[in-house]
Amino acid sequence: MDTAAKLDLRRWAGRWSLRTAGHAGRFTYFLVDMARALTEWRIWVPRTFEQAVLVGYGSLFIVLLIAGFAGAVTSLQTGYQFSGQFPKYIAGGVITESVILELGPVLTGLILAGRIGARYAAELGTMRVTEQIDALESLGRSPMSHLLLPRCIAGILVIPALVMFANATGFGVGWFAAKSSLGISNADFIYGARFFFRSFDLWYSVIKSFFFACAVVLIPCYIGYNTKQGAEGVGRATTDAVVSASISILLLDVLLTQILLTGTGQ
Amino acid sequence: MIELKDVSKRFVDHVVLDHVDFHVDDGQTVALLGPSGVGKSVLLKHIIGLITPDSGVVSVDGLNVASLKRKDLAHLRTRIGYVFQNGALFDSMDVRENIRLGITNGELYDDVEYCQERVKECLRLVNLQQEVAEKFPGELSGGMRKRVGIARAIAGKPKYLLYDEPTSGLDPVNSDVIDGLIERLQDELGVTSVVVTHDVRGAFRVADKIALLWQAKIRAVGTPEEIVASKDPAVQQFLERDLEMALIQSESTDGSDV
Repeated sequence: MDTAAKLDLRRWAGRWSLRTAGHAGRFTYFLVDMARALTEWRIWVPRTFEQAVLVGYGSLFIVLLIAGFAGAVTSLQTGYQFSGQFPKYIAGGVITESVILELGPVLTGLILAGRIGARYAAELGTMRVTEQIDALESLGRSPMSHLLLPRCIAGILVIPALVMFANATGFGVGWFAAKSSLGISNADFIYGARFFFRSFDLWYSVIKSFFFACAVVLIPCYIGYNTKQGAEGVGRATTDAVVSASISILLLDVLLTQILLTGTGQ
Repeated sequence: MIELKDVSKRFVDHVVLDHVDFHVDDGQTVALLGPSGVGKSVLLKHIIGLITPDSGVVSVDGLNVASLKRKDLAHLRTRIGYVFQNGALFDSMDVRENIRLGITNGELYDDVEYCQERVKECLRLVNLQQEVAEKFPGELSGGMRKRVGIARAIAGKPKYLLYDEPTSGLDPVNSDVIDGLIERLQDELGVTSVVVTHDVRGAFRVADKIALLWQAKIRAVGTPEEIVASKDPAVQQFLERDLEMALIQSESTDGSDV
């Protein structure tokens, strides 16, 4: 590698480190500002309900649709993998665990990173570049309590609930698909599901979905809130928000699995 | 009183304000003139604390804006009405809610009857029909958006009004309407105003005092008569250019009427 290339690489690494450190600092301030605004509950509580309905009800159909398909495909693939080698009841366990531990939370998180994350980043980004956020501040009102807290709290409350619905749908459709295509009886399916199920699995799903919810709402809100440079900036912010939230979900998935399942010896 | 003392601000390598001194006495209307992109809006945003200076002091009513705590800054902002260049209306709310948000007193904001009356009053002050209250910002023309922006800024009965390019993007007729409105609000409400503009004619119409921001510095300050009489080449150049533009604009308006 020649000297110029080395220098370029160093410069690039330096800039990247500075930018990352800058974002980390600003994100921390962003969270602190949001925590301070919690005292203005008379402002953010009513708006949180509005956002929760918008986000929760609005996302329910797509979440259930994808969870249903995921449950059906898992069921069919389990049948393909295990046909003739294992007792049929094992399929019940594999389908249930796959849906609750992985597919429900991760697929829902990724869908919502696209749906809610893009929406939040685009809304806040547009408000930033059209000076609506400045206008709110100029009126002595806090953008944190008026705009950000309602969106974040609504998302953090609603997304775990959506994941539970997704789990139930994936489980139900998976059971139906197993019955109709694998010929597994209800009794076998329930036996398998119960045999492998631990109540911690549901907690694990809830904990995961909570962390995914934080990634889905906090990252896009931060990126949208700090948007610059007009329409192009809003487009960039929306893309960055979805990509960053999705990558964070995948990283959190590995991390939480390591900590909660492997680490605890579950 | 609004006062900027030795204020400097730079964005990366670009110096926007370079040791600027500027002050506005109570009850006065000051027009801040200057070419586009010279930093007039940046100066205005310093006054309300949306931008903090790199050095120097910005004070309003004797309070150093940059050093105020969050609550004190929010309280100070309730005394200042800010009219944004493009209105900055909240597009998810109708005009009524937009103007209501301008009522910065918490108790009055919760008083539904007071808010209804205040919104009506503000619409009257900016010469808009009461039916406009039901419309959303997307349904309004440019001139109407500006007037709703002014209505929102005055809804909280501020002591200071800051106008950021109130006539930019408007045709001469609508510009005159807005200038007339600024003059009338001045008489009716008796507020202290800063009008940022690059429209010389409008500035001369509404202002008691004119300041010219030129190459990051305040180049000239004085009454309209003093500014016209100024021998400073930068002032003369700016005034002549604007008069040329006004001439071209009036010729093209005449042409389109034929």
